[in-house]
Amino acid sequence: MASDTIIQVRNLWYRYRDDIVALKGVDLDIGAGDFVAVIGQNGSGKTTLVKHFNGLLQPASGQVLVGGHDTRKVGVGALARTIGFVFQNPDHQIFCATTREEVAFGPRNLGLAGEELDGRVEEALHRFGLVELADSPPAVLGFGMRRKISVASVYAMRPRVFVLDEPTTGLDWRNSMSLMDTVRSMHEDGHTIILVTHDMKLVCEFAQRSLVLRDGGILAYDDTREIFKRSEILKETGIEPPQIAELSKRMMSYGMPDDVLTVDEFRAAYVGIGRSLR
Amino acid sequence: MPEIVIRDLHYSYPPVVPDGDPVSVLRGIDLEVDKGELVSLMGPTGVGKTTLCLALNGIVPRSMGGIFRGDVLVSGLNTREHPVPTLASKAGVVFQDPESQFFNMTVEDEVAFGPESLGIPAADIAERIRWALSVVHMSEYRNRSPFQLSGGQKQRVAIASILAMKPGIMVLDEPTSGLDPMGKSEVFGVVHELKQRDDITVLLVEQEAERIAEFSDRVIVMDDGRIAMTGTPSEIFSQIERMHGIGLAVPQVSELGRDLSDETRTFNFTRFDEAYASLSSAATLEPSGKGADG
Repeated sequence: MASDTIIQVRNLWYRYRDDIVALKGVDLDIGAGDFVAVIGQNGSGKTTLVKHFNGLLQPASGQVLVGGHDTRKVGVGALARTIGFVFQNPDHQIFCATTREEVAFGPRNLGLAGEELDGRVEEALHRFGLVELADSPPAVLGFGMRRKISVASVYAMRPRVFVLDEPTTGLDWRNSMSLMDTVRSMHEDGHTIILVTHDMKLVCEFAQRSLVLRDGGILAYDDTREIFKRSEILKETGIEPPQIAELSKRMMSYGMPDDVLTVDEFRAAYVGIGRSLR
Repeated sequence: MPEIVIRDLHYSYPPVVPDGDPVSVLRGIDLEVDKGELVSLMGPTGVGKTTLCLALNGIVPRSMGGIFRGDVLVSGLNTREHPVPTLASKAGVVFQDPESQFFNMTVEDEVAFGPESLGIPAADIAERIRWALSVVHMSEYRNRSPFQLSGGQKQRVAIASILAMKPGIMVLDEPTSGLDPMGKSEVFGVVHELKQRDDITVLLVEQEAERIAEFSDRVIVMDDGRIAMTGTPSEIFSQIERMHGIGLAVPQVSELGRDLSDETRTFNFTRFDEAYASLSSAATLEPSGKGADG
């Protein structure tokens, strides 16, 4: 495998019970250090696919390689060193008496102890702004904080790849932005990020690449900018682009580009056409 | 009299641990909502939006306990003086997770449950089911299991099951969180029609500023247990710094308007169509020439 590929999926099929085919021959390479959004309707196979990356699900047929290792041959525990998985509901993974213990749980399970463990825990607490809450029980903190703790506890295991399944559901704007800024900084540090979400504003703001699933198969896998240019793909999957992307497309006859993803990009392009008119 | 009247409402949940302090959530809410008004309620996570919804059908404080002070009136009924089933037939509440309120084998039975428990005659119930399912565009699913529907369909059945009680007020607590964009559009479409066609009063808890801006009559912002802001969508979303300060989003076009404003011109956008109309005419008014790259 190419040295820069971290996840390889080869002809992956998966069925729930015996009759429902959830994945229909998926082929996919995810590059090390990429930031990939996984998008599509409910039931299109997003969560089923990413659960194969950490071995929670095993292929009915086909193969999933993570860091070159076949997920059928290495255990979930060993995969946890490479892949960190943040679940939709933080309360499904939070159970310790204090935030510090919660964050320490993962790395301790990987066999870390002493100064190395403490160092990692402190760094994670710091990075996620949890230092002052280190001795508080997570259960009494607000939902936004519990969400951060759940990400910090995965971060402390220093996996190369983070899978985040709808991490901003139930968070208000401030908590969403603060979480996503941290995710972006993890990406800048070289971590691979796989983000499952319905929030197209987040996709356009943060993800370089987008994987569009439909009906258990890949409809498109490309740079996010290319995906959001192609209205027919978005329409086919019922995805509504962010307001700002739609507005720019609607204004193409005035010289606006068809590939605007963010408010900043729109502003720059609009100021640009104003200037070229003078 | 307005359909919803809330006067100086204070509420604290019972202590989380024995001997602990009550948890103060609502700290002096005053609110009136007129018949047929569609009001969206925004607020940071944990601010008490759901608690306020539950105060409208009496579950707060009746089923929750805690300390309750002030008055809540729905369709003229004071929630202190009437039991939850009576209040629920005046103010129906739809929750985030529709599945949590399903327990029947078919969509039809699910929708029948509310009116049956109100003691409505069978013939009227049949008519109500027919009407409620047609309002949410789910008539052809009446014999299906509610558990085998898509997320948007489930939420529409949940709305129908409330509608069948013919409440004057619908309270929807983040009804589309967890739905994909198509499911969201289905649910918001139904809510919009309800207001337009059936003159139902709607209180909608929602975070997506773009959607709120498109069809709300009024926006209410909660912060710190109180109502911090109230006004039309454009009055609220033009206060970008204040909204961000509370931790809430504004529509992308509102941010864009601010970013494009300078000494010579000011743009205040709330809705997509406003932004399009204003920016396209501004582009046309510039001295003639061709746009960048055509």
